[in-house]
Amino acid sequence: MKPVRLTGRAALSLTRGIGAVTLFVARGLFRLRPFYARAFGAQLVQIGWLSLPVVGLTALFTGAALALQIHSGGARFQASDVVPAIVAIGMVRELGPVLGGLMVAARVASSIAAEIGTMKVTEQIDALVTLSTDPMRWLVTPRLWAAMLTVPLLVGVGDIIGIAGGWLVGTQSLGFNSVAYLANSAAYLERWDVVSGLLKGAVFGLIVAVCGCWFGLRSDRGAAGVGRATKSAVVAAAVGILAANFVLTGLFFE
Amino acid sequence: MIQIAGLHKSFGAKPVLAGVDLAVGQGESLCVIGQSGTGKSVLLKCILGLTAPDAGQILWQGKPLDAATRPAFLARFGMLFQGAALFDSLTVWQNVAFRLRQRMPDRQARAIAIEKLARVGLGPETADLMPAELSGGMAKRAGLARAIADDPAVIFFDEPTTGLDPIRARRINGLIRGIVTETGATAITITHDMASVRTIGDRVALLQDGRIAWDGPVSRMDHAAPLAGFLGNTLPL
Repeated sequence: MKPVRLTGRAALSLTRGIGAVTLFVARGLFRLRPFYARAFGAQLVQIGWLSLPVVGLTALFTGAALALQIHSGGARFQASDVVPAIVAIGMVRELGPVLGGLMVAARVASSIAAEIGTMKVTEQIDALVTLSTDPMRWLVTPRLWAAMLTVPLLVGVGDIIGIAGGWLVGTQSLGFNSVAYLANSAAYLERWDVVSGLLKGAVFGLIVAVCGCWFGLRSDRGAAGVGRATKSAVVAAAVGILAANFVLTGLFFE
Repeated sequence: MIQIAGLHKSFGAKPVLAGVDLAVGQGESLCVIGQSGTGKSVLLKCILGLTAPDAGQILWQGKPLDAATRPAFLARFGMLFQGAALFDSLTVWQNVAFRLRQRMPDRQARAIAIEKLARVGLGPETADLMPAELSGGMAKRAGLARAIADDPAVIFFDEPTTGLDPIRARRINGLIRGIVTETGATAITITHDMASVRTIGDRVALLQDGRIAWDGPVSRMDHAAPLAGFLGNTLPL
């Protein structure tokens, strides 16, 4: 009976967890009144603008490395010419959203969890309640919407920078003609490639913000508790992004 | 003004509040004392709605405090937290004017915040500092300014002198007494510090074993048998 009981308990616990997170996301996204515009604006800057350098650099080096890899790999079957198209498609569909999402997870999920966790252990969340302010509306809603709106923009910018990285390597080191490289990049790229990447970005942004807020609000007492919350938020966000990427890729392209 | 009747709260098998009955009148200053772990903070959290009691009732102006009536209660309520609990991401004046900024322009809210900061002995130069730049005593004062910013009818003080040296503690006690007398607000103070009780309180209630073991005016506490062990300067932890 013991394995059956354990399986039952695990299933119940999993179901409870999924239900709790679903309700948390629904409350965070749709309890919009009052909407704290200042807090939302600050999060647009924190999550979007300040993540731009790290996402841009990641995309630049990824695009450049991808061009080198495809060129050397393609040479084995006389297909070195496909570098511009593969770099563009690879960046826009897959590497731009996934690597951008992971970099935002590392930067933003950790900072959200640490900030909210510290607020919890220093009674700042209780202080919000005594000041007639719902912590969900003041802390969670602005972060969820800001991440969902800015990560696709970061992905879009990252796509362009990644393609530029490939173009730089292609023209400076692999002997491609500049105009032909860009023309080839654009010729094989379809609108849905770009849109699907941006949609992935929105989902990944939501995952990052949800993980940061969820673990921050459940932080245990003390510095160790905040540390654990931060670690859990980053790990959960990274795994969540990779899992969601697999599901979304299946949905979008199969 | 606030009535607590038969309040029970347990965590697992451990009862923390086991039938607390307490009433605080309009303009009265009540100090709740008790050793660590006697449930003072749990009592406070039950009143604020941060923890749901297992049984019992909390009444505010004769009406039970519940999800429907609590917003009106909180709107007339100010609180000084033990560690001040200032928001790290906001400046001092933004902390003080947190509630005001939700219903008036920043310029007006800032002017009121600076006035309240002056009331607690902080100059306008502190208004634009971040909480991390304040000393413990200054943070406590800023927290006090936030508690009184919206002219509350009820003010809670949670261990107002914890972490302060005796001189600063005396100043904070004096400030609180002055503010309570001046505003006519109802005050509930949770403390270990008997000097706070003597300065701030009109009445004192001893919380012991989850119940109110003694309740009476501060002037009579020196002769109250249940308080005999607690009448040093600070309660044993």
